[in-house]
Amino acid sequence: MHMVTLTKGVPDFREGKVSFDEDGHLERGKTPTVMNPNDKIALRAALQTKVKHGGHVSLMSMGPPGYKEVLQEGMKDVYADDLFLLSDREMGAADTWATAMTIATGIEQLEQEPDIIFAGFKTADGETGHTGPQTNWCLDINDELTDRPLITHVISIDVDEDKGTVRAKRLVEGDLSEIETIEAELPAFIVTDPEFEATYRRAEHRLRYKDLREATRERAATLELDEDVTVWNQEALNLDPDFIGLDGSPTIVSGVDPIPKEPSEREATVIEPDDEEKMETVFDEMKQYASN
Amino acid sequence: MRDTHEHYEAVVVGNGPGGAAAAAALAKQDIETLVLERGTAAGSKNVSGGLIYGEEWAPYTMDDLFPGFREEAAERPIDDYYIHNIAGESVKTFDLHKIHHQGTEWCDAVLRRTMDSWLADRVHEMTRETGGGMLTDVRVNGLLREGGKIVGVTCDELDPITADVIIAADGVNSELARDAGLMDWEEPDDWFQGVKAVVDMDPERINQRFDIDPTTGSAHLFSGDLFDGVRGGGFLYTNEDSLSVGTVFHLDSIAEERAEPHELLDNLLTHPLLDQWFDGEYEEREYSAKLVPDSKKVAHPSPHRGRLLLVGDAAGQMQAQGPIIKGMNHAVTAGGLAAEAFQEAKTRGQPGAAGALYERKLESEGVMKRLRPRRYRMTRFISESRPINKLGNAVINSRVGAAGLKLFDGLIERSFNSPFVLGMIPDTKMTYVTIPERIGEVLGDPVTSENNVEPPGLDDRIGDLTYNVDDPHIEVRDESFDASGVAVTACPVSATDFGGGCYREETVQTNGETERKVSLDTQPCVECGTCAVVADTHWEHPSGGKGVEFKQG
Repeated sequence: MHMVTLTKGVPDFREGKVSFDEDGHLERGKTPTVMNPNDKIALRAALQTKVKHGGHVSLMSMGPPGYKEVLQEGMKDVYADDLFLLSDREMGAADTWATAMTIATGIEQLEQEPDIIFAGFKTADGETGHTGPQTNWCLDINDELTDRPLITHVISIDVDEDKGTVRAKRLVEGDLSEIETIEAELPAFIVTDPEFEATYRRAEHRLRYKDLREATRERAATLELDEDVTVWNQEALNLDPDFIGLDGSPTIVSGVDPIPKEPSEREATVIEPDDEEKMETVFDEMKQYASN
Repeated sequence: MRDTHEHYEAVVVGNGPGGAAAAAALAKQDIETLVLERGTAAGSKNVSGGLIYGEEWAPYTMDDLFPGFREEAAERPIDDYYIHNIAGESVKTFDLHKIHHQGTEWCDAVLRRTMDSWLADRVHEMTRETGGGMLTDVRVNGLLREGGKIVGVTCDELDPITADVIIAADGVNSELARDAGLMDWEEPDDWFQGVKAVVDMDPERINQRFDIDPTTGSAHLFSGDLFDGVRGGGFLYTNEDSLSVGTVFHLDSIAEERAEPHELLDNLLTHPLLDQWFDGEYEEREYSAKLVPDSKKVAHPSPHRGRLLLVGDAAGQMQAQGPIIKGMNHAVTAGGLAAEAFQEAKTRGQPGAAGALYERKLESEGVMKRLRPRRYRMTRFISESRPINKLGNAVINSRVGAAGLKLFDGLIERSFNSPFVLGMIPDTKMTYVTIPERIGEVLGDPVTSENNVEPPGLDDRIGDLTYNVDDPHIEVRDESFDASGVAVTACPVSATDFGGGCYREETVQTNGETERKVSLDTQPCVECGTCAVVADTHWEHPSGGKGVEFKQG
């Protein structure tokens, strides 16, 4: 089995990491770039497939040279056998469409056509959720490659190597109360839902998982970013400049409106814990929420 | 694939000292071994007083099986061993180093999280080479049977697994021993309950206050009248940069006296004698509790059934005779012997004979005679015979008794150091409370210092523990106060008039009548198993990685 997982670097939106200016604009320079959290979930699905069926997990991204560290993060925190970065100034400022075009070409460039391509639900910054499905469309129109079914909102997968199929459970309306099971032929394109959970019900799988996790942590720690990450530029991918980067992006962003912070509806009153009288009123207030 | 079970030659349940020893011994024989541990890390479910012994007679010891164990996994080597007989503020101390070193090559203080995690890494490495390995976060919940025969284990997190031998080292509340009908929770007098506080202390201060150098440690035992008449005693061991201070009592005595275990621990922590070590400073790192089997009564003479072999606490292999408290070393020996028995049985082409062979080895290697000394069996009747007790009490408390004590001061210290005498000590109030109290009173010197230490309350102790909350794993079958009320006091994280613990007493109005009931919240449970014995419960362990997580142990 050959699996490719797609990823993107995003601002680290976690409390204490992210930085906004006075107008509420993200300060990119002050905010570290990390691997898109949803993509780690996709990568876990790839790792689960490798644990159960063996094979090879590639992690691929498009972005500036600094994204090598994002790929390294994926290798360290989840798993990767090899890392690919599609990087060129010409590719910059791409919308989801131009990105999908570029990535599809990157996948075509791989030595072996992947059995499963995994993508995360959406990125933490763009939040379109387009790039995965659009990449699959770009692969479909490529006559060199096999057409593959696209399964989105996947919460669990089960590969049957003998039958050459994948059975996936997916959320129908993004809702855990409605789950459908789909069986599709390999190769396939799978977009994992944030609810995806890898399951290992056999001890041998958990042991292999432990081995692979240990190995990938060690490899990531000693990774030489300049040598161990395969970087493909525009020339290497032989891309038509009209279809990539800003020129290849039909999306027009007419403007960005910051969402104003909602003013707090609650009023805070400071009460000293020693003030018995006022503390009494606090307890009276709380009483209604107490059980029994 | 779905229909065929995963199979390993050996499955070891639990990565404590017994399980680790068994796994290491199996792996050394190149037997494919899978170790399943319930904690999120090995040791996160384990508590012990804290001394492990390397015994001269033992065919398997920790440092033989795991080179580097003492240097890397243990705390301080314990050379000094004292018992303090306490009557009020009067204390008579005996030096017990003789019995402590008797037949012993070494003795180290340990903290179980560090120790068991260290072991787990080695165990995984060794067993992985056999095609197996060690997994955490897996709770084995029962035995897999085919045609009535035990063939493997079932787990919460994994599909059933078959094995040629199953070594259950799943601790004092062993679910496998119970599933096989080899153990139960019936009688409180089969058990001790221990509670412990790990107390922060700078290594330099430990050296200074205990008058020891950085490479040595000391142990202190406490008995007498400071525990409100409950049968048992206290201990204090020095670790690298902390102290393990705890109390261990007969569970039937805790139940009868309606004693609050955490308060008995506080009695020790606040006794003036301990001021010399605390010097007014007290920072508690962790509060913990555990049941301890009384091997004299429950060490199973035939700890096996079919392919299942019990090791360590699961088999009741915990030796507690007066100041001799040895558990982990017996678990290690038993683990090694269980592995050896399987290897031999397999070589003979009769792997099914492993259990019987294991039983013979426990006898021939001298494990059983230490766990269940014949002398104790002979004197056990004393504990049930009240007139003898009464007579003893009368004598010991008389002026004649006092004169005797004075006359035989040296002899008493010698008796405490005699394994022969200790082997016959009956479990009565006289031996645990009256004699030590009288020794302290008659022979002791008063402690003049004041102990101003204020141990944390139960709410803080619970609050400082880490829990990964799961669905309730204990169900009270009979909520009436008569059936389950003792749990309110005996549970180490519950207390009368304390609402934040596991068990609470409630008064319920039904049909105009008031009824006393108990209610249970398993969230702060420390999984000791006490309530399974003293109350009417359906008791299970939480799933893998769930429940309490001890950081010290």
